[in-house]
Amino acid sequence: MILKKIWRFYYEGFRDMTPRGKKLWLIIFIKLFVMFAVLKYFFFPDILKTNFKNDQERIQHIEKELIITNAKN
Amino acid sequence: MEHINWGLVDWSRAQFALTALYHWIFVPLTLGLSFMLAIMESIYVKTGDEKWLKIEKFWLKLFGINFAIGVATGIILEFEFGTNWSNYSWFVGDIFGAPLAIEGIMAFFMESTFVAIMFFGWNKISKKAHLWATWLTAIGTNLSALWILTANAWMQNPVGMKFNPDTMRNEMYDFWEVLFNPVGVNKFIHTITSAYTYSALFVIAVSAYLILKNKNKAYAKYSMLVAAVFGFVSIIATITTGDGSAKQVAKYQPMKLAAMEGLYQGQKGAPLITIGTPTVRNNKNLIESMNDDIRGNNQMEVRVKGIEIPYGLSYLAFSDPDAFVPGVKDLVEGNAEEGIPSYQERIKNGKIAIAALSDYKKLKKEGNEEEALKKLDIFKQHYKDFGYGYFDDDNINELIPPVALTFLSFHAMVALGGWFLLFFVLIYFAIMKNNIDKKKWLLRLGVIGLPLGLLAQEMGWITAEAGRQPWVIQDIMPSMVAVSHIETYNVIITFALFFIVFTGLLIAEIKIMTTEIKKGFNN
Repeated sequence: MILKKIWRFYYEGFRDMTPRGKKLWLIIFIKLFVMFAVLKYFFFPDILKTNFKNDQERIQHIEKELIITNAKN
Repeated sequence: MEHINWGLVDWSRAQFALTALYHWIFVPLTLGLSFMLAIMESIYVKTGDEKWLKIEKFWLKLFGINFAIGVATGIILEFEFGTNWSNYSWFVGDIFGAPLAIEGIMAFFMESTFVAIMFFGWNKISKKAHLWATWLTAIGTNLSALWILTANAWMQNPVGMKFNPDTMRNEMYDFWEVLFNPVGVNKFIHTITSAYTYSALFVIAVSAYLILKNKNKAYAKYSMLVAAVFGFVSIIATITTGDGSAKQVAKYQPMKLAAMEGLYQGQKGAPLITIGTPTVRNNKNLIESMNDDIRGNNQMEVRVKGIEIPYGLSYLAFSDPDAFVPGVKDLVEGNAEEGIPSYQERIKNGKIAIAALSDYKKLKKEGNEEEALKKLDIFKQHYKDFGYGYFDDDNINELIPPVALTFLSFHAMVALGGWFLLFFVLIYFAIMKNNIDKKKWLLRLGVIGLPLGLLAQEMGWITAEAGRQPWVIQDIMPSMVAVSHIETYNVIITFALFFIVFTGLLIAEIKIMTTEIKKGFNN
């Protein structure tokens, strides 16, 4: 019953939305699409998750970065 | 330090700065306008006067536009953590993860639920229930800011954490110490009250525009009155916590304070520069010196000339007019009399810490637990200077933030803050005397107040973030170590993409907003 009420509340809210409101929702969807489907997917991989299989490998990588690569001097 | 790809470091920093600055165009308006909406709606519920409902709905519409355009723009920053700042992300892991996770859950549940009720709930729920939703939206959005600022404050003053050399990351041992970090408490109140100030300036600017256009004058004046009072209280809180922030900076980030004031040589009874410009050797102009400054070439020679308040800086920093305030030179070269170690000493300590960590890892792998623990002890003793170990004696300038940029940002922010205090008083009295329509100059200043408010917001961020360079975690991790080793051109491409996306969003916001503002309260 409560779930039905909540559903109706949102349904009617979106249904009766002004054209401006609809335009704003369109902007939100386009923005989220660009962010997640384009930028995140093609340009922003999680380096540590993508390049290493497990935490042990990640620890070794950070160890190398902090102790060797950046501390050559 | 030839192995450091400065192009990559600088582009990664520039990209983060660009996205943070753009994100911050939208956020302060959401933070402050949500509370002003709650105040206006409270007046409506209390008085039952329909004009307040009309006023409420007009500002709610503008709030909605800003909320829709700005929502989720901060997620970009999290993408950058994983790609551009992977060393940093791993290193800080748990400490950054917990506040951000709470923020994510809280923002999702509180904002999405109560914002929907704010917009869809008119005539469907009681007036009081709707008012509750408006107040809870305001509280929810501001609590979201709390967690982000807590994480940021930890980077400025890392407390409540312990570095685990076995996992190579920091682990939280005291959540409350992280939450009640003195830097964080001040930063949170200072940031949100400055956002309220900006929102008040926004309401005044729009109202002033409508009065100048002879449109909905009565509604505009009521809105202005709420904004002037809200803005006045907010700017007082901003100035008060700004003073607190300066004291925290003096204690935990003395180099940032020296850069903010362009203080080259420390002194007892240090004066506060009110108006001044940084100058450098070879009589270079300001732009040339700022360019040099950013890359660490000229800072050692930066001095500031200007009008001073005697003893002002010592009092501001330590509540004591005779206190010693260290300058850039004291911090770099050390000052035995004042017990300040030189950067050379700190670099030496940092290198000992890095070597001890390396030895600990090797001995642990060999199974030599006893010797490993001895090395761990040495590491712990020198850990507070860990980040200095990545620098060299001949690159000490890299440890100094861009002085000219920090100085100018700080002073622009302070000057604008002072002006806003006076401005809110002028607006208040003009409305109370009912002669604001005749004061065209004040109304025009009201419209100009909006870009000035935004400028002050961004200058505040530049002071806080440029002033702490080169550190991403104060004294522990410099930005050059935090950055991922990816191709520089990738960062340049995504920098350009972000610039296009965010500029597009900003144009959309301005366009939709101005269309709705021109329609006024009648629509």
